Amino acid sequence: HLSMANPMSYNGGCVMAMKGRNCVAIASDLRFGVQMQTISMEFDKVQQMGPRLFVGFPGLATDTQTVFQRMQFRKNLYELRENKSVRPQTLMNMISNLLYERRFGPYFVEPVVAGLDPISLEPYVATMDLIGCPMEPEDFVVSGTCTEQMFGMCETLWQPDMSPDELFECISQAMLNAFDRDAASGWGCHVYLIERDQVTVRALKARMD
Amino acid sequence: LPFATAMSERYGFSLTTFSPSGKLVQIEYALKAVEAGAPSVGIKATNGVVLAVEKKFSSALIDAASLHRIEAVTSHCGLVYSGLGPDFRVVLQDARRSAVAYQLAYGEAIPPEQLVQRVAALMQEFTQSGGVRPFGISVLLAGWDRDTNRPMLFQSDPSGTYFAWKSTALGKNHVNGKTFLEKRYNEELELEDAVHTAILTLKESFEGQMTEDNIEVGICKQDGFKKLSPSEIKDYLAGIQ
Repeated sequence: HLSMANPMSYNGGCVMAMKGRNCVAIASDLRFGVQMQTISMEFDKVQQMGPRLFVGFPGLATDTQTVFQRMQFRKNLYELRENKSVRPQTLMNMISNLLYERRFGPYFVEPVVAGLDPISLEPYVATMDLIGCPMEPEDFVVSGTCTEQMFGMCETLWQPDMSPDELFECISQAMLNAFDRDAASGWGCHVYLIERDQVTVRALKARMD
Repeated sequence: LPFATAMSERYGFSLTTFSPSGKLVQIEYALKAVEAGAPSVGIKATNGVVLAVEKKFSSALIDAASLHRIEAVTSHCGLVYSGLGPDFRVVLQDARRSAVAYQLAYGEAIPPEQLVQRVAALMQEFTQSGGVRPFGISVLLAGWDRDTNRPMLFQSDPSGTYFAWKSTALGKNHVNGKTFLEKRYNEELELEDAVHTAILTLKESFEGQMTEDNIEVGICKQDGFKKLSPSEIKDYLAGIQ
């Protein structure tokens, strides 16, 4: 039995998100493991936080659950006070602050935010490091134990202004081929396609190893 | 409590207590203090909000330019008051702190309605905390709401009640002021006319000659809040007298 090595890779897993034309996609693998042993193949790291707003929480599983629950709390109070749905950028800022509050004893989570602005329906993706440094690029974001592989796949496959179907195909291929090269990720994948009037969740047929 | 004084450390109980008839007399008296204060006016136009207030002193020796009755809370929100000046400084400081704390927490400017809720919450706190008295001011908050892209005008009372206005007057002669506004106000008013009307409303209760040095005017538009300079006020006054 190994002692707890790297908290970021202890449980394994990966999340990525991409922008398309008037749509965004976010995907998560389904593995939950304890070092080399796989415990569950149903551990989706993506949570819905608004009608068109999803957040992925890869990293140490205990922290991903806690960060999600604490964000839920803050987001719910915000929406009650302000009487409106939270914007993706604002939620990103809130998560960033939550993580930075633990600057010197951080949560081992590197979240991914993906959604459409509630009013303008503008696509938005973002990620941040475990102490809340945000990154809001124009194309895609990746996070987890196989970021190198995911970056390679995204950089190759992503193009601007893809339609929802093209975006789905793109993110699916990027995820599958990236996490298939990582022992700590995989065992299935869920892809969320977020459009103006619908959200589609699909389970990918993947190598179950 | 951010402004705890020696008094509130010694008093665990609130000084604002209910009368047998169910009133909080300290709040009633605070409202009297507001009513005795210098007249202020707020008017919401289609493309902005105007705040105006009388600035008269007992002595001509006072350097009027050094005192501000209308103050910016953020680049997009302004505040004016009627009542006790020193109490306004405390409320203003708290409002500014609230606004920047919001910016830090959410990465965006505080919406006017959220700001007035925080101001009102502070005012309510001072009606139910140990050893403190209610604020002797009512404030008018002018702001631009970015979500709905509209101007907003709010009032907050010593009790902590807040409400939105199309136009209103506070302080001395506020009853006549509101009557005047009821006649002159309409929903299609534009900012230029609203400034004009605000100055006229102040004029109703003004003793003596109104100049650019004895009134203050602030306007809030989509691009932000600013106070009119004395020369700008002078131009408006020229259009009236």
